Amino acid sequence: MMGSETHFSFDQPPPPPKEELETLALSDPLSAVDPPSSDGSDPLLHPPSPSSSSSFPDPPSYADVIFTPFNGTTTASPTAASSPTSPATSPTSPYLRISVSDPQKEQQEAAATSLVPGGSTYVTYLITTETRDPGRFAVRRRFRDFITLADRLAESYRGHFIPPRPDKSVVESQVMQKQEFVEQRRFALEKYLSRLAAHPVVGRSDELAVFLKAQGRLPLARSIDVASRVLDGAARLPSQLFGEGPTAAVGPEEVGQPAKGGRDLLRMFRELRQSVANDWGGGRPPVVEEDREFLERKEKVQDLEQQLSTASQQAEALVKAQQDIGETMGELGLAFFKLGKFETEEAVYDSQRIRASDFKRLATAAVRASRSYRELNAQSVKHLDTLHEYLGMMLAVHSAFSDRSSALLTVQTLMSDLSSLHTRAERLEAASTKIFGGDRSRTRKVEELKETIRITEDAKLCAIREYERIKENNRSELERLDRERRDDFLGMLKGFIINQIGYADKAASVWAQVVEETSKYARERN
Amino acid sequence: MISTTSNSGSSSSQSPRSPSASQQQPFLSVTVTDPVKLGNGVQAYISYRVITKTNLPEYQGQEKIVIRRYSDFVWLRDRLADKYKGIFIPPLPEKSTVEKFRFSAEFIEMRRQALDIFINRVASHPELKQSEDLRIFLQEDEETMERARTQETGIFKKKPADFMQLFKDVQSKVTDVVLGKEKPIEESNPEYEKLKHYIFELEDHLAEAQKQAFRLVKRHKELGQSLSDFGKAIKLLGACEGDSLGKAFSELGSKSEFLSLKLQKEAHNLLMNFEEPLKDYVRAVQSIKATMVDRANAFRQQYDLAETTKLKEINLDKLMLMRSERAGEAEFEYKELKAESEEATRRYQSIVKLMSEEIVRFQEQKTADMGLAFHEFAKGQERLAKEIADAWRSLIPKLEKCSSS
Repeated sequence: MMGSETHFSFDQPPPPPKEELETLALSDPLSAVDPPSSDGSDPLLHPPSPSSSSSFPDPPSYADVIFTPFNGTTTASPTAASSPTSPATSPTSPYLRISVSDPQKEQQEAAATSLVPGGSTYVTYLITTETRDPGRFAVRRRFRDFITLADRLAESYRGHFIPPRPDKSVVESQVMQKQEFVEQRRFALEKYLSRLAAHPVVGRSDELAVFLKAQGRLPLARSIDVASRVLDGAARLPSQLFGEGPTAAVGPEEVGQPAKGGRDLLRMFRELRQSVANDWGGGRPPVVEEDREFLERKEKVQDLEQQLSTASQQAEALVKAQQDIGETMGELGLAFFKLGKFETEEAVYDSQRIRASDFKRLATAAVRASRSYRELNAQSVKHLDTLHEYLGMMLAVHSAFSDRSSALLTVQTLMSDLSSLHTRAERLEAASTKIFGGDRSRTRKVEELKETIRITEDAKLCAIREYERIKENNRSELERLDRERRDDFLGMLKGFIINQIGYADKAASVWAQVVEETSKYARERN
Repeated sequence: MISTTSNSGSSSSQSPRSPSASQQQPFLSVTVTDPVKLGNGVQAYISYRVITKTNLPEYQGQEKIVIRRYSDFVWLRDRLADKYKGIFIPPLPEKSTVEKFRFSAEFIEMRRQALDIFINRVASHPELKQSEDLRIFLQEDEETMERARTQETGIFKKKPADFMQLFKDVQSKVTDVVLGKEKPIEESNPEYEKLKHYIFELEDHLAEAQKQAFRLVKRHKELGQSLSDFGKAIKLLGACEGDSLGKAFSELGSKSEFLSLKLQKEAHNLLMNFEEPLKDYVRAVQSIKATMVDRANAFRQQYDLAETTKLKEINLDKLMLMRSERAGEAEFEYKELKAESEEATRRYQSIVKLMSEEIVRFQEQKTADMGLAFHEFAKGQERLAKEIADAWRSLIPKLEKCSSS
């Protein structure tokens, strides 16, 4: 489900690289001291050159602080290029790697039928795919295409836990720059495609293959053709309402999908009536969801979702707290650097010079600790992200469950329809036998009714088949969810812990050095 | 010279940062301990036990215990400031302005520690330790103390709170007075000028460092809190999982809560042994500024008197030349004034001399204080880091079991 590498080694973390001598030149003219967080670019991604003009008199070597992350994966080290390597998919996926990049603005030509004069601009993204049977594809898609893909998958794979697509809305983008937004979207789209590719069923779908490989316009029909469906529905509605003939019946070919707007207005009304009847425990015995195992699991999933939500929230708060403490530690270090510099410049007595070097010693340690925290956090975010991802997955589960209920509702509605059709047929037949020689119009009606019944029977069988199919999908997906979740959570815990250990060890050694260097003051006191 | 040999006879609750008096005779060691809340409502206050151990003849007996409150300490400080001009009087902790914080355990402990340090600094200062007021403070019964305190309050027409306000007013005037902005009449001593600017800039730097230290304490508390919340949430999440994985979650949650406590503890340690010394440093600098005000005033006084005396002398000569009857009176006045002038000059010079000694002591003292504070800080951080590493490490075998099962 996650498709991320999950191998973890418990090797000893690599020993911190040999540290530079921390002698700070006391007469070093310090230009404006530059706090770690002030410049726009993240120094971890773009480490300053050794001869950088800013920073501290003798900045701790970045090699001290940056070393292989402890989560055991080989994902991008912080000194890699600014965009991390795209997530690889699962070992069974036909796709090795999918990346989304190179956002470009394009102009939509003013179409003749377009209601909007002139053209509108939109962003397209380059989708590069490496396939397992070695191949490489590159296509351009816009966000609307992703929506189409998602809709088609939802239709074709009812009952499956299909990874939810990124939101349409931008929400808090008032503050965000266009560039940031595009980057966020790009990142989200990339993750989305990777997750799709990693899904055992969806990953092999034609829809996805077409999306990733077909050049030019996306050859998937957009599901919601609002105008035609409304027109279509309006035309059919009167005949359906008057219940005339076989055209009134819902055909088997239609029950494969839940009732949506447009065409299926009448069906929607019927099913709504049915669900109300179900709720009120109406006359007909409803088809109860008797699968107790399913109900239990559903409850468990709901419970899981709730706990995931809380845990996800707290994980975010934890990460923020780690970030804050790291920042403050850095500010503290900065303040002490300034003090040290000041005392050095103004020193009249030796005691001042000694104190100045103590200040700088502490400042250096504090700054290193601060950078450590930042690194720690970057890794923590990656691990704890598992919680957020599974929370997002709950949406897919809800969809799958509602696929099931709507399929069930269709079955129930059809059964109820059949019931009333049979009753009408019986009544009509009973009435016509009373008339000697038969009543030609009535007989005709009875035959039409029988035809409708036949169609409805077929539809019912189809609906039941569909329902069973979805049930099975639900079941196997739930199993997969449990299995993969176990692996992913285990990986998360391990990664989180190993990460914490690594950085705590490092911090301990940084401070141990200061303890050693200042131990004379404690001895004096005793 | 402050002797640093420890005093085996001193109570264990004496703050480790308090300078211990010399063990060889004579010795004088004080402990401030056992804070107790007395009184009700608005009148409520904290009283402390002050235990004095000494072999000095001026003091009654080997050990004496008295009960003192914060305003008694303020009285002592004010008296010392009044009598020992030129000496950097050890600073007192501030009066709390936030009502509900006034009786929090943390605040009381911080104050107790600060008072202990204060009284010991006074008791080990070569000049201040000889103060009669110190003896009164350490020895007299509570009624005598109260009488002395309220009497002084009357004379000075100010209460501790007012003094702070006055001090603040003085602070703002200090810049003018000390930096000689008010009048062009100031001593032109380049070394002293340098010192003045040093002190003023130092205060700014220290205030910043202290601010960050205080913030760091808060961050520790916040991290502790979120670890606790996170631990709880993880435990609940683990309940959704079965068997070994569920257990692993539960253990992780417990460790998280455990570490939360460690963080709260470290926050407290940071506050007492790192942030407080920095605050103390700031206060010490402010005390120096007050001394600088005294020096400036003394300088101006001796200068004014010297000028006035000169004029009087000229006037006297004139009168004597004119064989005026008023010459006798004038001569008498002149002699008086001259004596005053010489006295003022002596006072001023004494301040100058004392200050030069004090500044050396101050620098040495602060290097030692900061060194110790850094040591405690680093020790605390190291300890915390080790606890964190150990706690998480203990989970690894359990996680290993999960993956194999």
